[in-house]
Amino acid sequence: MKYIFQSLCPLCRKFISWSVRKTIFERSTRGVRWYSNEKITKKTKLELSNFPAENIRNFSIIAHVDHGKSTLADRLLEITGVIPKTGSNKQVLDRLQVERERGITVKAQTASLFYQLHGVTYLLNLIDTPGHVDFNYEVSRSLGACQGVVLLVDANQGVQAQTMANFYLAFESNMVILPVLNKVDLKGAQPEMVLQQLHNLFDIPPADVLQISAKLGTGIEQLLQEVILRIPPPSGDPHQPLKALLFDSWYDQYKGVIAHMAVCDGHIKRGDKIKSCHGQKAYEVQEVGIMHPTEIPTSALYAGQVGFVMANMRNTREAQMGDTFHLVDRPVTPLPGFKPARPMVFAGVYPSDQSEYSALRNSIERLTLNDSSVSINIDSSPVLGQGWRLGFLGLLHMEVFNQRLEQEYNASIIVTAPNVPYKVKISGSKNIRKYGAPEITLLNPCLLPDTAIIEDFQEPIVTGTILMPDSYLGSVTSLCMDRRGIIKDQTYIDEKRIMMKVKFPLNEILVDFFDHLKSLTSGFASFDYEDAGYESSSLTKVDFLLNGKPVEDLAMICHSTKARMMSRGVCARLKESIPRQLFTITIQAAVGKHILAREDIRALRKDVLAKCYGGDISRKMKLLKKQAEGKKRMRQIGNVEVPKDAFINALKR
Amino acid sequence: MRSKHLSVISRCRRSLCSVANDSQSSKLSHLEKVNVEKKERKYERSAALYVHWPYCKRRCTYCNFNKYIDRNVNEERMRDNLVRETETLIRLSGVSSIASIFFGGGTPSLASADTIASIINQVKAQVTLPDSGEITLEANPTSLETNRLREFCDAGVNRLSIGVQSLRQDNLSVLGRDHTVEEAERCIREGRALFPGRVSVDLMFGLPGQTVHAWLAELRQMIDICDKHLSLYQLTLERGTQLFKDVGKHTVRMPSPDDVATMYKAAVQILSDHEYKRYEVSNFAKQEAYSTHNLTYWRGMPYIGVGPGAHGRFYVAGTRQARVQTLEPDIWMREVEAFGNATRKIVPQTLLNHLEEMVAVGLRTGWGISHDRWEEVSPLGLQDIFHHSGTIQSYRDQGLLHLDTRGLRASDTGLDVLDTLIPSLLLQLDLAFKPSVT
Repeated sequence: MKYIFQSLCPLCRKFISWSVRKTIFERSTRGVRWYSNEKITKKTKLELSNFPAENIRNFSIIAHVDHGKSTLADRLLEITGVIPKTGSNKQVLDRLQVERERGITVKAQTASLFYQLHGVTYLLNLIDTPGHVDFNYEVSRSLGACQGVVLLVDANQGVQAQTMANFYLAFESNMVILPVLNKVDLKGAQPEMVLQQLHNLFDIPPADVLQISAKLGTGIEQLLQEVILRIPPPSGDPHQPLKALLFDSWYDQYKGVIAHMAVCDGHIKRGDKIKSCHGQKAYEVQEVGIMHPTEIPTSALYAGQVGFVMANMRNTREAQMGDTFHLVDRPVTPLPGFKPARPMVFAGVYPSDQSEYSALRNSIERLTLNDSSVSINIDSSPVLGQGWRLGFLGLLHMEVFNQRLEQEYNASIIVTAPNVPYKVKISGSKNIRKYGAPEITLLNPCLLPDTAIIEDFQEPIVTGTILMPDSYLGSVTSLCMDRRGIIKDQTYIDEKRIMMKVKFPLNEILVDFFDHLKSLTSGFASFDYEDAGYESSSLTKVDFLLNGKPVEDLAMICHSTKARMMSRGVCARLKESIPRQLFTITIQAAVGKHILAREDIRALRKDVLAKCYGGDISRKMKLLKKQAEGKKRMRQIGNVEVPKDAFINALKR
Repeated sequence: MRSKHLSVISRCRRSLCSVANDSQSSKLSHLEKVNVEKKERKYERSAALYVHWPYCKRRCTYCNFNKYIDRNVNEERMRDNLVRETETLIRLSGVSSIASIFFGGGTPSLASADTIASIINQVKAQVTLPDSGEITLEANPTSLETNRLREFCDAGVNRLSIGVQSLRQDNLSVLGRDHTVEEAERCIREGRALFPGRVSVDLMFGLPGQTVHAWLAELRQMIDICDKHLSLYQLTLERGTQLFKDVGKHTVRMPSPDDVATMYKAAVQILSDHEYKRYEVSNFAKQEAYSTHNLTYWRGMPYIGVGPGAHGRFYVAGTRQARVQTLEPDIWMREVEAFGNATRKIVPQTLLNHLEEMVAVGLRTGWGISHDRWEEVSPLGLQDIFHHSGTIQSYRDQGLLHLDTRGLRASDTGLDVLDTLIPSLLLQLDLAFKPSVT
């Protein structure tokens, strides 16, 4: 009987393989035990009331992408027995296919760990956060549930742009920061230099920095102990009425919305009637529990604890990030709100076949259940049909979203070139009435009002942070100038590395800036940006014409200094992708009546194949039928037949 | 107007009997009756016969046809099987006459005259083969084969198609041909003596390194020595051929598409000046020396394919079938020995399939598609189908296409850009035959 108990995890009641039991045994001989002695049977729910707030630590790991955050999370899960230590655990908390493929974390995940120190069992709630700049919003949300962070820095690469962004994010919210150098086992590790950087930039005394190797598992035990010693327990009063912060949510196809909450005061249990401060909607709690690493129900969650709550919420829009929940009859003052997500990048998303419109609509709806930071506007284009203009937090966010649509929902989509939301001030009361306001925000360049009534054009601006070795200063500076960047500040963070603050129009860094930066600096530069509002700008609308007929969908907005270059590029791409036809086709780019670029496609002289077609015409028939099918998908602009691909190629950058 | 047409069509296609109080219905049932009669007539009518000889002496660098280089051909066995499959398939098709025979390949002039004769005799024994019936043999102009032309003539062959391909030695080398320019010239001379007025010559253009000027000089030289029929074939690079690899490796360079267009258009002009009419995209004849066998294909009439990899289109029990024979000669022979024929694939064709083929190949001819021929097959006239299409009207306005009392055909300039016109016509055809669009 005893044997059976030992071979089941007391929390998730899963059978644990022998190899894990062995490591548990070994570990227990070293005086650290991995689970409490309390007997848990299948019938009893996990009881968390005996974890007072002082035995709880809520923390996050923040790091630049690829600095080993998810690997560290794996080790923490292993060492506390949440997952078997098989050596094959790779990014256990990264559950999405796209996360595993790209080696990035998109969706914050929570895991509850139990760890004994000096005879006391601690409940450690690890809140894994996304690493990429686009997901700063998710990071800030996750931090709201924590009292401290582990600031993870790669000992090879040193401080990177996101390390800075993450540091300030945590610093500004008064978190305890536990600096950790990772990958110290690697040959190229330069811990001394990185320690110096941390000292110069963040005033962190080198003695405070832990040195670990998440891959090999060295220093992890000490890290856990430091988490317990240095990060303060959550302050909360279990005797006050319930006050809980919703910091994340997850949509499960079968269970509906699973909200991740941090309980600040009181407790929450099944059957409680709760209400949201923001949404003002009441729900009945169906189930509560902790993530270990998947949902394990508990009888209740108490002040200071972090776990999941299922309460029949229909979609993640009802589960607003940063919302405060309380008991229906015991209202509380809401916690200070989080910054709401604001889409920065917009792109049209269309089904590649219009017959799949409603299927795609369902897919987008379901995917946004999980990602409420995506904004959705219905859009239609004469070329691409019915679709949507979706707003994303950034370019990676957009790519990830589209990849998830394709992978998880098997959707076949066309995505137009991303653009930023412009603001336009309109003159004339009649026009203002027509557009509903003196200032409109433009998501789709095709919808730009007549330039004659535009008083002022504004574009979104960001402040970029670039970190790089000083040898690349020249080439990076000219790249920034080329992208209309204004360098605001430039400082050395150690002997060799420079930090640059640059003001950019968002549009200029949208598509390939980061790629260029990386290739210019052989991958040594890192980049991050934050929103810096709107600024007036000299923007212009470029129209494209085929044999004199304007092609509405190709209208583009760009800075007047860039118009000619952009026009040439688009005309050349159109020339490549429009097949020769029975007459000459003239492609023109124009600003007003002024032609900026022109390409001609000469008329087709002969396309018939002079070949011997005897009895075997099957192949030729197949080819002709394919061409006929292709013609169906062409769009007629005047007398010119334009394949859809031509639009897509032109709209891509 | 359109919806009326469509409803008529859909009813035709479902073979519904007439609905009495519809003014269209009487016309409809009439149409159907005519159609049924025509169908009954169809499969007792004649067909053309294609016989495939799959062997070659060597591999030409551009050729991706179904051919095999085999030094130990068991000719007797091959002959018996070709005869046997001819017998089986003619019986299956139910035709009462074979209007023409074409021996293609491969290199059929490598077969013995005895083999050719056996097949011809099999046809004669089984069905009617008119004395005027065209019996063509494809020949390679090597001296060995030229020396046997008389034997073929005696075997019953009455038309010769000589694969000259070029009158320039360097071109012949690039193409991997095993004959010389002199041999080709001699073959044409002797062929003309044996088959007066019934010799055709194949020429290729768009060859690696070929210039427009050199090509036209070559063509003029050919006009001086050839008979009444010429076939011009544009060299196309086919995957898996030596030439494809060479071009990929940049050891040889193909002329630009613009140059090839000029080569073709100038050749059409020169041939027209010499009274050779372009009666099909690739085929030119003077004094009406057309290949009647090929016209069978181009008019969408039935033909039987015998031999490894041969294609056929004929009616079995009232349904038009697309048939392909087993490709590989040894397997083909085993199957014929076991089953009497080695049909590998049978695809029953719908009426629409047949009409699509008629449009695709019929428009390649100078006459296009006549109303009579079209209405033998289609319940809807050419006018009904194509008259209302905007795209087709614009082709007519541009003078590329004619739709008049004679039928539907491409103009001289239209023939050059057929691969743009035909897909539009196919789309319109599909639209007209789509089941009940409401």
